[in-house]
Amino acid sequence: MSEAKIVDARGSFCPGPLMELIAAMRAASVGEELEVLSTDRGSAEDIPEWIKKVGHTLISSSEEAGVYRLRVRKAK
Amino acid sequence: MKRILIVGGGTGGTILANNLARRLRHEMDAARVSVTVLSASPRHMYQPGLLYVAFGKMAVSDLYVDQETLLDPSIHFHVDPVETFDLDHNEVKAKSGKTYGYDYLAICTGSRPTLNAVPGLMENAHHVYTEEAALKTAEALRTFEGGRVAIVTGVPHKCPMVPLELTFMMYDYFKDRELLDKVSFKYTYPIGRVHSLENVAKWAAPEFDRMGVSYETLFNAKEVDGAQRRIHSEEGSVVEYDLLIAVPPHKGMEVIEQNKLGPSGWIPTNRATLGMEGRDNVFVLGDTTNLPISKAGSTAHYEAEVLGENLARLATDGRPMRSYEGKVFCFIEAGKDRATYASFDYKNPPRPQPPTRAIHWFKLAYNRLYWNSVRGLL
Ligand SMILES: Cc1cc2nc3c(=O)[nH]c(=O)nc-3n(C[C@H](O)[C@H](O)[C@H](O)COP(=O)(O)OP(=O)(O)OC[C@H]3O[C@@H](n4cnc5c(N)ncnc54)[C@H](O)[C@@H]3O)c2cc1C
Repeated sequence: MSEAKIVDARGSFCPGPLMELIAAMRAASVGEELEVLSTDRGSAEDIPEWIKKVGHTLISSSEEAGVYRLRVRKAK
Repeated sequence: MKRILIVGGGTGGTILANNLARRLRHEMDAARVSVTVLSASPRHMYQPGLLYVAFGKMAVSDLYVDQETLLDPSIHFHVDPVETFDLDHNEVKAKSGKTYGYDYLAICTGSRPTLNAVPGLMENAHHVYTEEAALKTAEALRTFEGGRVAIVTGVPHKCPMVPLELTFMMYDYFKDRELLDKVSFKYTYPIGRVHSLENVAKWAAPEFDRMGVSYETLFNAKEVDGAQRRIHSEEGSVVEYDLLIAVPPHKGMEVIEQNKLGPSGWIPTNRATLGMEGRDNVFVLGDTTNLPISKAGSTAHYEAEVLGENLARLATDGRPMRSYEGKVFCFIEAGKDRATYASFDYKNPPRPQPPTRAIHWFKLAYNRLYWNSVRGLL
């Protein structure tokens, strides 16, 4: 599995993690993978919705001990 | 003598200073404690009034009072903006070149709109976050002859209710001007619902449906094309407009960033003690904290009351006793003559009720009572 750039948004609340992902996505190149870490449940619901709307690819999502990990590939 | 220094003479700083003056009257008379406020302006602005200025319901002259008249006479007040924070040596250096030492420091320098965060926003959008912008918005609303109104919001921003209030108030304003049949509204919001507070979103969405206001969520403005009158979003969608109303994203003050007190000007703050992370004698309140709560005057007010009690104890060799529990209270103007409110804290979400005229009148009264509130008389 290729290295993903980590967007560590733990401790940040909605809409913080989504905003950080948007900023990181802007800086990333097409095909690059990013992994967002978040402790906010609302954001864990918002982020996949955002990825779908923009048309990026959600590769995986999981939750462990209150930390949500969402891995996403920049598609365009 | 214990010196308490407050940097910022807005809502939070003024309430904190007066609260301390009341609690520490004897110590201040006996020169055992001093309270000093440093601010960037000799005038204090009632910022929520800007929204009313935009609708021609308040005059600019109603927004300002001399800061000196709001402070208890025992407080030392200087218009001398801080440029350097030297927290390791318990002092700050201000624009005049003067250095002010302290035993306890409270930072409450507020926040500022950053229109340049989105290319084209500055040139093409109207907003209500400065006096000049509110007056221009008033003119734009007054002379609007119909077309597509777009509301675009960036986060974080001061006062969570402004995007909703602007929309509801514009609706009634154009209704009064008998323009509604020529106006369409498009409300956009950065996250997956129409407001950051879930229950407020649940209340507002059906109101929008009833009014025929269309909305798009997960909309983060990327660029405004003024020539084509189009807003392009990060998400790839496009909204066309004839009148663009923005709630710009905010940052803390530049001086906070320059002194590396916190990224984007938001200072890492303990949510209960309001202490700056990593410092024992530095406290933070109001907009400039990094707390995940509303950047609102009421937040600054409740925080100042907690901090006033704790700092008064610290300055008299006691221990802080009170915790800030995240309390916020926001009115929500739901049109020209109805309002509701959201009251919440870290544990209890708001439950907005159907708007009433009485709450609207209460808000109008508060617009006048604000000055007595910051003086500590309410
Ligand atoms: C259009 C609008 C509508 C609003 N509506 C509401 C509402 O309905 N309800 C509500 O609760 N809130 C509302 N607010 C938000 C509210 O005004 C702010 O959240 C509140 O003023 C924050 O208080 P503060 O003390 O953190 O900062 P401020 O009140 O902004 O004060 C900051 C102070 O710091 C000073 N300062 C800046 N830099 C320096 C420096 N370098 N050195 C020293 N001093 C400095 C400034 O001169 C100022 O005195 C609204 C705001 C706007 C703009």
